[in-house]
Amino acid sequence: MQHKDSVPISRRMSLWEYANPKKFMQVSGAALPWVGGLAALCLAVGLIWGFFFTPDDFRQGSTVKIIYIHVPAALMGINAWLMMLVTSLIWLVRRHHVSALAAKAAAPVGLVMTVIALATGAIWGQPMWGTWWAWDPRLTSFLILGLFYLGYIALWAAIDNPDTAADLTSVLCLVGSVFALLSRYAVLFWNQGLHQGASLTVTQDNPISDIYYWPLITSISGFVLLFLTLVLVRTRTEIRRRRLQALLNRERMA
Amino acid sequence: MIALLRRDMAVATRAGGGFGLGLAFFLVVVVLVPLSVGPDTAVLSRIAPGILWLGALLACLLSLDRIFALDFEDGSLDLLATAPLPLEGAVAVKAFAHWLTTGLPLTLMAPVLGVLLNLPVPGYRWLLASLLLGTSALSVIGAFGAALTVGLRRGGLLLSLLVLPLYVPTLIFGAEVARRGAEGMPVATPLALLAGISLGCAALMPFAAAAALRVNLR
Amino acid sequence: MLNVSGLAVARGGVCVLSGVGFTLAPGQALILRGPNGVGKTTLLRTLAGLQPPLAGSVACGEDVIAYAGHADGVKPTLTVTENLTFWAQVFGGGGIGAAMAAFDLDGLADRAAQNLSAGQKRRLGLARMMVTGRPLWMFDEPTVSLDAASVGLFETAVRVHLAGGGAAIMATHIDLGLTDARVLDLSPFRPQPGGVRTGNAPTGDEAFL
Repeated sequence: MQHKDSVPISRRMSLWEYANPKKFMQVSGAALPWVGGLAALCLAVGLIWGFFFTPDDFRQGSTVKIIYIHVPAALMGINAWLMMLVTSLIWLVRRHHVSALAAKAAAPVGLVMTVIALATGAIWGQPMWGTWWAWDPRLTSFLILGLFYLGYIALWAAIDNPDTAADLTSVLCLVGSVFALLSRYAVLFWNQGLHQGASLTVTQDNPISDIYYWPLITSISGFVLLFLTLVLVRTRTEIRRRRLQALLNRERMA
Repeated sequence: MIALLRRDMAVATRAGGGFGLGLAFFLVVVVLVPLSVGPDTAVLSRIAPGILWLGALLACLLSLDRIFALDFEDGSLDLLATAPLPLEGAVAVKAFAHWLTTGLPLTLMAPVLGVLLNLPVPGYRWLLASLLLGTSALSVIGAFGAALTVGLRRGGLLLSLLVLPLYVPTLIFGAEVARRGAEGMPVATPLALLAGISLGCAALMPFAAAAALRVNLR
Repeated sequence: MLNVSGLAVARGGVCVLSGVGFTLAPGQALILRGPNGVGKTTLLRTLAGLQPPLAGSVACGEDVIAYAGHADGVKPTLTVTENLTFWAQVFGGGGIGAAMAAFDLDGLADRAAQNLSAGQKRRLGLARMMVTGRPLWMFDEPTVSLDAASVGLFETAVRVHLAGGGAAIMATHIDLGLTDARVLDLSPFRPQPGGVRTGNAPTGDEAFL
């Protein structure tokens, strides 16, 4: 898409412009060092603050400190799927390639976050519940979410034609979202569980005290920025890979 | 539509259609369970509803790739896509044919296998009811998975990986109905939820499957 | 009956033909030619609505086209009659008698399709076009594995179809006896390096160049 000076300002500022691969590469290339730096800063501050400068919990002792990894990773595990859902919808409706590639890029990151959440949960659960794994509804839902990630990634990997792959994975992501939600409620029905309630709520009365709250927020911001960094890097790689393939195809046709 | 149903049934039941394979697989799985967990009848009768549900689900999974793959290979799918019949309708009919040749026989066979596992007497009714409802959802969800993987040369394993997580809610509610039925507990809630899932899938999944098929035919 | 203009088609995300345009009236036949890989099949599949065009338009009524690809869509375990009856019912066409006779399938009526030779199977696939009741037939290499007599049967069937107000498009390398048929060589429609511009929604590779 060529930019012409005669294009009205309102059109030029359209958000969708960033869905153009070239434009996206420019903007993301400029933003990447800042986002990455900020991610490192937030993570360092949040984790050091959380690990070394908060008191032990009167019931859970020092094991509570794994919360600074567990909760942010769990949040990103879910939000990565939500982001994939949104970008898949954008691809299906508006056919912006960057959107589909961003979904592709986010999936392995989301899967790793899910695995981190499960692993830290097991490490936390061992001293608290006396077992590494319990078929608790939250844990089970997360495990199922992990399976959805696996299927999504495997489908991307199996299809040669990139546009076909983008279409099919997007449809899978939509359908999978519905079924992931259904599974969540089915699992709740199936077993009531022993997981503690949510650590964070949007309402005023937080279930955890301020002394844990602020480092947790910093750590979560760090994880969000880390996710953003990784997705940007991976999306840029995917775009370069597609461009390389496109150039090879053109060479073949010429 | 009836022509398509009749033809799919004929293809599935004639020689080489793999009609009996799913049933035989179901039998073998159920026979292997006591061999692996031991012959204690108390244990077996407690896990019987779940094992029967899981066995039926896996047997159903075996024949999913036949829903579209054969038609894709011999070109029938191209022709169906250009036929006056809407593709969504064709998908629904083919899923129904799959259920008639897979889900329904599995359902009818399950009580017989229940005897092998000492399923408690009150459980038979609810086992039948839950499988009758649930296997229809398994067929329609499976048709979606088959539509996603139809263009792939070795899509069978991938198909399982994609479809099994989608089977989770159906399995949970279906097995719950059978388990509660066997233990003499009220089954209304899970049965209603299972029916909801089956109806919802039957109504919506053909659209998703047809969309995936169109992409694969391009 | 069919009006094609400025059509660009893609295979695997790569534009293979662009600027294709022609019209087809009832009674006319069009033969597509060009070397292997030029995009004949892709063009036919696009015309049949199986894949979206990159650019341009295909103006054609609803339920006009019957498409016959490389594969015959024949179920090996069903008999010839069953196969043909199935397609007749799906397309809501009439009986299968005329089609059976036109492609000399009467003697094979009750034979399972898996016991047919490749040529016989192809005749069955071609006979299917007659039971669709659709006016525009599209063939992709219709004469593959047919013997001379069967090619003659095919020619006759197409000629009868044209005389009855039908039309046909076929991609083929051999010279059929359809002397009035127009020939469209697809080689000049290969896109120039530098690519075609397809407007606002670039498809496939183009967005990345």
